Amino acid sequence: MIVPILKIGKNLIISIQIPLTDQQARQFQREVLEEVARTEAFGIIIDITAMDVVDSYMARILSETAIDVQLMGARAVIVGIRPEVAVTLVQMGRGLGDVATALNLEQGLAKLEKMDARKGAGHGS
Amino acid sequence: MEARKMAILREEDVILARQLVRKMAADMTFNLVDQTRLATAVSELTRNAVEYARSGDIRMEPVKNRLRREGLKIVVSDNGPGIADIEQAMTMGFTTSNGLGAGLPGTRQLVDEFDIRSTSGSGTTVTIVMWKR
Ligand SMILES: Nc1ncnc2c1ncn2[C@@H]1O[C@H](COP(=O)(O)OP(=O)(O)O)[C@@H](O)[C@H]1O
Ligand SMILES: [Mg+2]
Repeated sequence: MIVPILKIGKNLIISIQIPLTDQQARQFQREVLEEVARTEAFGIIIDITAMDVVDSYMARILSETAIDVQLMGARAVIVGIRPEVAVTLVQMGRGLGDVATALNLEQGLAKLEKMDARKGAGHGS
Repeated sequence: MEARKMAILREEDVILARQLVRKMAADMTFNLVDQTRLATAVSELTRNAVEYARSGDIRMEPVKNRLRREGLKIVVSDNGPGIADIEQAMTMGFTTSNGLGAGLPGTRQLVDEFDIRSTSGSGTTVTIVMWKR
């Protein structure tokens, strides 16, 4: 796996520790969706604390992954977006779309519990 | 500080280029948000060079304006197919690759100066400048 995926209880915790090329980012997306299907996870947390750049390509991969996870009936929250990354994404015009976000892992896990599945990415954000 | 130049030949070079520009911007004591804006802009422009022109190069040069304000000037150029309609390419959402179409318009939002020149059949050159705050 390009990014290690940990199953903790009923959730998957995915922490992106290294910058990904576009090809690796697509592999990451594929592997997350496969793991959600395989483990029938309740929800996933994608931790991007280590990412110092999120450009339009990576932003798209992240938001698509979250939306696809929700179409599969699970929940998705992205945590650890650095303030300077958030400012840059918003200034570029799109941010991370409607994806649910939280400050850190703990708040992300709390948010998963409160979210409804299958209701689209807009809920719980 | 000296100008730096590197070839952009593959996807990995997109990551290396943005790490190099961040290092240069940090050494010039740009603030963290501006370092991130520059690294993100470089990520978009070098990706376009790899994706649409197969390869290109990037040049990063510290500059000063008439008021002696310091800045970082970055030129990303390629010898690819060029862009027939620049205005269209600069429109948010326009893409010929099933992308987001946010790379060029997003980059323009991030920097202080943005210039794009392209000739159909002979390549594209994008120049950006960020001034120190
Ligand atoms: N260096 C380049 N050479 C040729 N065409 C380019 C180049 N950069 C951008 N383009 C064209 O401009 C369009 C918009 O680019 P961009 O805003 O980065 O969005 P995206 O890459 O998501 O399509 C591209 O789809 C492509 O047609
Ligand atoms: Mg692009």
